[in-house]
Amino acid sequence: MTETAAPQRAKASFDARALIVSREAALKRFELGDRAFHTLTKSSAIAVLVLLGGVIISLIHGSAPALREFGFGFLTSQSWNPVTEKFGAGPAIYGTLLTSFIALLIAAPVGFGIAVFLTEICPFQLRRPIGVAVELLAGIPSIIYGIWGMFILAPVLQATLQPWLIAGFADVPLLNDLFAGPPYGIGIFTASIILAIMILPLIASISRDVFATVPTVLKEAAFGVGCTRWEVVRRIVMPYTGAGLIGGVMLALGRALGETMAVTFVIGNAHKIHPSILGPGTTISATIANEFTEADGVLYTSSLIALGLVLFIITFVVLAASRLMLARIKRQEGR
Amino acid sequence: MSLAATRKARSALAMGACIGSAALGLLALALILGALLWNGFTSLNLAVFTQNTPPPGATGGLLNAIVGSLIMTVLGVALGAPLGLFAGTYMAEYGRHAKLTMVVRFINDILLSAPSIVIGLFVYEITVVRIGHFSAIAGALSLALLVVPVVVRTTEDMLNLVPGGLREASIALGLPRALIIRHIAYKAARSGLITGLLLAVARVSGETAPLLFTALNNQFFSANLNAPMASLPVVIFQFALSPYKDWQNLAWAGALLITTAVLALSVTARILGAQKTMK
Repeated sequence: MTETAAPQRAKASFDARALIVSREAALKRFELGDRAFHTLTKSSAIAVLVLLGGVIISLIHGSAPALREFGFGFLTSQSWNPVTEKFGAGPAIYGTLLTSFIALLIAAPVGFGIAVFLTEICPFQLRRPIGVAVELLAGIPSIIYGIWGMFILAPVLQATLQPWLIAGFADVPLLNDLFAGPPYGIGIFTASIILAIMILPLIASISRDVFATVPTVLKEAAFGVGCTRWEVVRRIVMPYTGAGLIGGVMLALGRALGETMAVTFVIGNAHKIHPSILGPGTTISATIANEFTEADGVLYTSSLIALGLVLFIITFVVLAASRLMLARIKRQEGR
Repeated sequence: MSLAATRKARSALAMGACIGSAALGLLALALILGALLWNGFTSLNLAVFTQNTPPPGATGGLLNAIVGSLIMTVLGVALGAPLGLFAGTYMAEYGRHAKLTMVVRFINDILLSAPSIVIGLFVYEITVVRIGHFSAIAGALSLALLVVPVVVRTTEDMLNLVPGGLREASIALGLPRALIIRHIAYKAARSGLITGLLLAVARVSGETAPLLFTALNNQFFSANLNAPMASLPVVIFQFALSPYKDWQNLAWAGALLITTAVLALSVTARILGAQKTMK
């Protein structure tokens, strides 16, 4: 017995040892692998931060020659002359802010309207298809809006709406400056309309989502005390979702400020501040898109990069504010 | 008019305005798609797919631009998606409550809507200026930088949807975190991750602005990554603004191709996403 048991026992203990060794090796391998994966993912997350830092630093670096040359006057100067190498961002900043502002003026009420329609009025079977259709608008690449605006919308506006605006407001003080002729078709006004169509789906879908966070009991209680549908929307839904709505609008504003291709086609590329919104103008992004590859000379290129830096700072502030607003409504929902 | 009647009338008016807004939105979509389909299909023919971009006045197609777009999009997604996937994984798995995650999420959301032309300027600064010429690599890199935020966002969201019980069960079996993430969480969130990837492809395939001064354009067929390369959006931009009718027609044909591709991608992504939520 003992003669046969001894080797068996020895074999068993050998197996156990091998098992322990391989178990430890496996555990070690697991731990190493885990640590490697942890480091890999963490450094990727940090890389996203570095990316943003890199963008800012490289823009500052690239725009340094122009900023040194022109100083803060760059922001307000209206001259843009590649021949004498005098550059100022005034008209471009003015155009960027004005087109985005007019676009919001058009898109925000219509977007809210669509959201109210989708959450309050629309029959249930139609909600999804119409919601998807509006979101498809958001999926269309911006260059498509650009060529549509240039070939289809601008001639139509030139022939119909613009002459009508010019004639209609010709005798109204202030407004006759705003809508002064001739109707070019392309210009600040047309660019604003294209931008409005582009940001409309964004405002509509965010507003719809924040409207959906309103507790049904609140609305039912309001209906119960006899409120009309509009009163429920105006007095209950909108105050409850205020921060979210503003956040959505600002997100759309951020998009509109940085939009390039749709605007470039229809803005007219004039480095001038026109009192009339029907006149041609330019925006920061359109200027960069149009002139960057043709820019020669350090100062010209650098001025264009400085424009990019200005745009990035403006959109960063707007987008950061919008995210904070949207985060607030998320917290509210969680409560 | 009594108070009740006034209130009812006001409500009806407001609701009418809301219905009008929805009609306006749908009308805009119909007008844009209608013009695109009409002008696109009348300009579309076999030569579009078999010939390169022509000089003014000659017939030609968009072959070099289509191939260029495909190459740069694939390369951009291949470069950007892994980084986004890993960053999103960290945010949802290892560092779900870490400060770093909150900061990265905030910054990422801003990068998500940051102007793409600024990203183009950044890539121009770090590649074109250093190398000394425009190249397809630079174009792909700028697309990659646009892919990253989209993938980070969807990866984090999708991994957060994976039930914690699955992870706890695997931990109880003694699996290390890395294996749980790779073999359990990724599998459970697979369709969501693919959705994110498709959305990212849809986002970059229509991008024009960052390519303008990174990949530039190329009138001839080129698969050389170290040379300027044509892409559909840039060719559309150049041709649409030209005074030549042939070029404008080609621009419409290209616009139809891009829109079809982008909308097909986003519809597929939406269907996949819908299946996920139904499960």
